[in-house]
Amino acid sequence: MADALLTIEGLTKAYPGVVANSDVSFTIGQGEIHALLGENGAGKSTLVKMIYGLVKPDKGTMTLNGTPYAPAEPRVARSLGVAMVFQHFSLFEALTVAENIALGMENPPKPRDLARQIREVSETYGLPLDPDRVVGTLSAGERQRVEIIRCLLQNPRLLIMDEPTSVLTPQEVDILFETLKKLRSEGTSILYISHKLEEIRALCDTATILRLGKKVATCTPADTTARELAEMMVGASFAMPEAKDQPLGDVLLQVSGLSMPSPGAFGTPLRDITFEVRAGEVLGLGGVAGNGQDELLMALSGERTTKAQCIWLKDKPVGNLGPAARRAMGILSGPEERLGHAAAPNMSLTENAVLTAAHREGLVSNGFINWGRSRDFAQKVISQFDVRTPGTETAARALSGGNLQKFVVGREILQRPEVLIINQPTWGVDAAAAAAIRQALLDLAAQGAAIVVISQDLDELMEISNRFGALNEGRLSAIRPVEGLTIEKIGLMMGGAHDMEVAHV
Amino acid sequence: MIRLEKRPQPSRFWTGATPILAVLLTMLVGGAMFAALGTDPLEAIKVIFWDPLFHEQFASYSRPQLLVKAGPLILIAIGLSIGFRAGIWNIGAEGQYIMGAICGAGAGLALYPSDSALLFPMMVVAGALGGWVWAMIPAVLKVKFGTNEILVSLMLVYVAENILASVSSGLLRNPEGMGFPGSRNLNQWDAASNLDLIPNTGMHWGVVAALIAVIFAYVLLSRHIQGFNVRLTGEAPRAARFAGVSPSRIILFCLGMSGVLAGMAGMFEVTGPAGKISIDFNSGYGFTAIIVAFLGRLHPVGILLAGLLMALTYIGGELAQLMLGLPGAAIQLFQGMLLFFLLATDVFTNYRVRIGKGELA
Amino acid sequence: MDLSSINPVLLIASIMVSATPILLAAIGEAVVEKAGVLNLGVEGMMIVGAVVGFAVAVNTGSPGLGFVAAALASAILSLSFGFLTQYLLSNQVATGLGLTLVGLGLSALIGKPYEGMKSPTLPKLDIPVLSDLPVVGRMLFSHDPMVYLSLLLVVVVWTFLKYTRAGLVLRAVGESHDAAHALGYKVVRVRMIAIFFGGACAGLGGAYLSLVRVPQWTEGMTAGAGWIALAIVVFASWRPWRVLIGAYLFGGVTVLQLNLQAAEVAVPVALLSMSPYLITIIVLVIISARGAHGAPASLGRSFHASS
Repeated sequence: MADALLTIEGLTKAYPGVVANSDVSFTIGQGEIHALLGENGAGKSTLVKMIYGLVKPDKGTMTLNGTPYAPAEPRVARSLGVAMVFQHFSLFEALTVAENIALGMENPPKPRDLARQIREVSETYGLPLDPDRVVGTLSAGERQRVEIIRCLLQNPRLLIMDEPTSVLTPQEVDILFETLKKLRSEGTSILYISHKLEEIRALCDTATILRLGKKVATCTPADTTARELAEMMVGASFAMPEAKDQPLGDVLLQVSGLSMPSPGAFGTPLRDITFEVRAGEVLGLGGVAGNGQDELLMALSGERTTKAQCIWLKDKPVGNLGPAARRAMGILSGPEERLGHAAAPNMSLTENAVLTAAHREGLVSNGFINWGRSRDFAQKVISQFDVRTPGTETAARALSGGNLQKFVVGREILQRPEVLIINQPTWGVDAAAAAAIRQALLDLAAQGAAIVVISQDLDELMEISNRFGALNEGRLSAIRPVEGLTIEKIGLMMGGAHDMEVAHV
Repeated sequence: MIRLEKRPQPSRFWTGATPILAVLLTMLVGGAMFAALGTDPLEAIKVIFWDPLFHEQFASYSRPQLLVKAGPLILIAIGLSIGFRAGIWNIGAEGQYIMGAICGAGAGLALYPSDSALLFPMMVVAGALGGWVWAMIPAVLKVKFGTNEILVSLMLVYVAENILASVSSGLLRNPEGMGFPGSRNLNQWDAASNLDLIPNTGMHWGVVAALIAVIFAYVLLSRHIQGFNVRLTGEAPRAARFAGVSPSRIILFCLGMSGVLAGMAGMFEVTGPAGKISIDFNSGYGFTAIIVAFLGRLHPVGILLAGLLMALTYIGGELAQLMLGLPGAAIQLFQGMLLFFLLATDVFTNYRVRIGKGELA
Repeated sequence: MDLSSINPVLLIASIMVSATPILLAAIGEAVVEKAGVLNLGVEGMMIVGAVVGFAVAVNTGSPGLGFVAAALASAILSLSFGFLTQYLLSNQVATGLGLTLVGLGLSALIGKPYEGMKSPTLPKLDIPVLSDLPVVGRMLFSHDPMVYLSLLLVVVVWTFLKYTRAGLVLRAVGESHDAAHALGYKVVRVRMIAIFFGGACAGLGGAYLSLVRVPQWTEGMTAGAGWIALAIVVFASWRPWRVLIGAYLFGGVTVLQLNLQAAEVAVPVALLSMSPYLITIIVLVIISARGAHGAPASLGRSFHASS
């Protein structure tokens, strides 16, 4: 490429036990929107952190505008014209837009000048934003604009955007795309990280695809079909899901018209969620992070209650019951956040076993805890789920993420639930353990339980689910059997195109 | 460069060692303070920590005092520790203690001069209720409106002190007291007095109640699901909610328990060692109990030991006043330092101290 | 009952005097809390300020020196709290309580020889021209310098927080210490400076009690003023101007109830003298029922760079 802005050659970065990036090379041209495409864990974040100076590569070189580029810290990267908009914003909620922007600048101008500059930039790029608004009152999309404007005020030559649309409404996505196209026309290059295929095909000039830390290809997305992109992203291993032919029983869990306000400023409200799960069935719920997964789990576990008629266990309405009552009836759950939500960090594994198993396992009688039985139960979880730990009296926070996950999942499965709702069951777990957890979930279903798996790992959902739905901004798509689902259809469901194929149903 | 590294789990060794280290540091710095005040530090330490128990002349008087002082401290600290475990900060135990005394004594005096055997138990219940009601005010306000329990419980101490002043010169004033403020002396009224169960041991009903409270709290926290829920709420509030624990019920339970125990402590004090309701009835036990609770690592057995130690410094302080002319306030400072050093050394429990250049985090 | 014995001019003037110690302590604590630190030791720092200020004023004959010494003494004391909470990561609630207990003990110890003494008090600073105005002159413009200093402090803190870069950084640290750290700001240093400032203000407030308001040293003389200052910060939603309003309202209640006591109104004395505390509780309830507005998001949380 004649007018290269940033050339990356042979970048490699290894962490203990994982090679995050291996020999990655590609080139970003001047005034180009370059997509970096890959699944969760493909090594996109690490690569970007190296470009932004947050992480030092083990091997490889970068060249920016013809000169060697090896930023020691983000400050250096910024001074050389590389700016980044983070996926999780580091904003101060109680401060105004202008104050937030000033805090992120090395030498901010006077407040009045800054406010004027913010207005100018926001008008120029079609990003309406009032510098005097308090950030806490802004929507996720508006917060993102704060970060973008903070970057633009420093006149970057390369703007890095990490999953920018995962928090945006479709309308906001359109606005963002207009902005990015305008920036491109002015000669700014953009490195656009995403796993949304349609977006990349619509926006990007070039795409580099990563899988398992390695570059798979660099291509022109406009000339490539979504299916081809998907296959490059997930590799040849993406097997078309097959129908699972085990007999399904009665409906065990039924959710109808479940709506709930957002639990906090950063939360997502649930909107009119309706589905049912039968005995022996695994329902997989996909979706980009932050689209209501956590909220749905809290609504189903009973941490947040609602009208009784919104949630049914067989013929009993349970929507108004708390977690303990639902557990007693057979609805068990496993939240995504292990430390602090699913388990108490400073308490022992025995105590963490009591946390959810107190009544179902008979660990408590007349209000008194039987520590002997509790220890036995904890030991049973440890041995059956291969939890690596010195013993039952170890504090939960001393376990590695994967081991604690095995413990938390095992704790629920061993309680023989009728309905199990689980969020991110294999997040951060090594491949062998992940396979074991999935098998345990399938075995549980085979024994007649109804299972809801919420996950961002599509391979996982396709492997174990009978039917699939996707969460988008707190709404649930139509639920479809996994057989015959293609990656394009899944992408559309995740993107919120709810009625994409009404004719087919 | 010195830096701290979080331990994977709290160190057992340091959990037990920090109170001892804190006591030693307090002796060291306190000794320096005594020296600055012109007192031989070793002598002062001996008078405070050794003489109350073993001095030929004074020990026979001061040994029983140990239980008299430790009783209310332990009783109150046990209640406070349950709340502190759950992250609920009742620091108005002094007010609950006063209200317990007023209600307990008031209920008894209303029936003067009954000699029913039920009178004393009824007074205990009234005292407990008085403390409970006083603690329910911050509890209910916190549950209903999210009002900060620290400030409300503390403000109520001053309100209680004003009520105390008012009743001791009004409602509960001794009609035969020739107009002097202060209630009848309950020690001179057998049915309502709480004297030593075994003469000259200091062992009154309050001490018995304190021991029962220690056992009760031990069982509650280590064996009972409610105690487990209390600890869980303090350790990980979100996990507690996931487990099905209602935060409101924990608030009401914890503040209620500490109110009941502080109220009972006040009642046992007014019927026993103090003898009557008077304007200077309260002596800061409610605040010192906070130190006791922390020094005992919020553990019932630890609190038992810490209560005895703190009682020792009270008596030793009085002795030092008598024998060495050390100001009484020096002991108060001594006790405050103890809490400070405990909090300072606690860092070793949860962190490992590393010396040398590390990666900047 | 004789309400006519209450002179409105003196009433307003004495409200200002009565509000000043709490205003001083509260404005300092507001800055500390804005930086994300909850220092419950205000009462202890105030009383140390009261005794040190008194002792220095008596010994040097200069109340001005007394104030300076009080501010320094309390600020140094507050650094012990800062060291424990910021470097040793101790629990802020417990450490603040500890600070109060230490302060009460320390002050009683220092103050023993000074009980019953009289100190030189601050001369009135009649503001030229204005103090000659009828009524308003004596009411508002004929006070000691500390009254004006406390008002000036409110203006300075407000300006600092609202208009300066350093003030912005301080607020950022209180909002999210992690984000502030990520942007390269020195969280612990900012907080230590804020704690020091809060200590100095509490010391001035305490000295004002013992040198002007009372003016005498008695053990435990702050009688909860530090705690009320804490409550006023909550009432004010952490805004300097509202701290001023809160302190003056509280001063008003205190003076009014004292006047009513003196006028022998047919309300029990106990009820009158507990009214400031009851009103504080009521105000706290009203504020919390409306929802906690403006509490710094990192308030009371320990900051450890690696976690």
